[in-house]
Amino acid sequence: MSTMNTKEALYNFCLRLGDNNLILGQRLAEWCSNGPILEEDLAMTNLSLDHFGQAEFMYEYAAELEGKNRTADDIAYLRNERGYFNSLITEQPNGDFAFTMMKQLLYSTFAKYLYETLSASSDKRLSELAARALKEIKYHLRHSSEWVIRLGNGTEESRIRAQQALNELWWYTADMFVVNETDKELIKAQIITDLSGLYPKWKSSVEETLKLANLTIPAHGHMYKGGYDGNHTEHLGHILCELQYLQRAYPGAKW
Amino acid sequence: MVVSKEEIWNYLSQIPDPDIPVISITDLGLVRDVEVSNSKVTVSVTPSYSGCPAMQLFKADIVSTLKTKGLNDVEVKTVYSPSWTTDWISDEAKEKMRKHGIAPPEKVSSEKSALFSESKKEIHCPWCGSKETQHTSQFGSTPCKALWFCNSCHQPFEYFKCI
Repeated sequence: MSTMNTKEALYNFCLRLGDNNLILGQRLAEWCSNGPILEEDLAMTNLSLDHFGQAEFMYEYAAELEGKNRTADDIAYLRNERGYFNSLITEQPNGDFAFTMMKQLLYSTFAKYLYETLSASSDKRLSELAARALKEIKYHLRHSSEWVIRLGNGTEESRIRAQQALNELWWYTADMFVVNETDKELIKAQIITDLSGLYPKWKSSVEETLKLANLTIPAHGHMYKGGYDGNHTEHLGHILCELQYLQRAYPGAKW
Repeated sequence: MVVSKEEIWNYLSQIPDPDIPVISITDLGLVRDVEVSNSKVTVSVTPSYSGCPAMQLFKADIVSTLKTKGLNDVEVKTVYSPSWTTDWISDEAKEKMRKHGIAPPEKVSSEKSALFSESKKEIHCPWCGSKETQHTSQFGSTPCKALWFCNSCHQPFEYFKCI
């Protein structure tokens, strides 16, 4: 029996949106100065910036809903793993370039459909933020789609790496479509729709790109789930160590 | 001190964009609204891109510029709707961009299909005007620009992405 009211659910939902962006943005930032070519180094850090910007405005809204005078920074820097509601795929390590591009493709396709739906939300602020984010996620998706197709049709080495990335990452994809107590409350309040309904669209879009890339979705395996409820893989704690270190060591330090 | 909205817009039109200083923040359409009530000024701005780092800078510039005009009670608000579009960039500003070596965005930002569309556009080189150009990368030195190369004058250049 859930005791969550609509405002709390919306707060949790904003955290989920913000956390997906913050964690994926942090992962992309790890590529800074490590990209395979200069253009891609710039590309991945640009993507990262968009994600940080999106995280910031989702957290600002969450802070307003919470009404405890906290800032977006407080929310980003002062929670522990179990208080993060990002999807498991966003916290997976970067691996090689093919792995990162595959991760981006699987996530950005999801985010595109998510923001499309949310931009029609009855919650005005949520719909505005989603519309803003949608503009950016569209070219993120274009970028990763182009690379996955290029890698899949490139050399034998690039094809193998792209296929291996897909084989590993696939098992984190169902987690993005989990419907939990937060969703149920917001569906009841008619703020969001049942987001598991996005799965068929996501699947056919991803399949289309993977077909062009000559890559095959793995057939059997276990789907990992739990991110939206704060149950994470071991990787999240390590990300937070680096992300939060400064604010934990020097509380309130300002740029 | 009584100050009109028009005067404030005029002051704001002199604040350069931190990344492309040849054009101002009003040229780019980043200032959405100005309100004056008694001595309090509220300026609403919108980000070009969500994570654009220049935004922090120009918000501070707005406060400090208006302060030099004797306006001490200034609030800068961020608004997200409607989302910024390159259609709000004035024609004059586009011409300044071109002279600065940045190919300006095309007139109407249109819905683009997911794959390969950007690289199929015809973009003229801001240096020599040639249309023999090619897309190098969707991402450049700032979130709003893409990298291109001119095959006629063999110069790289930036293109202001249209969103």
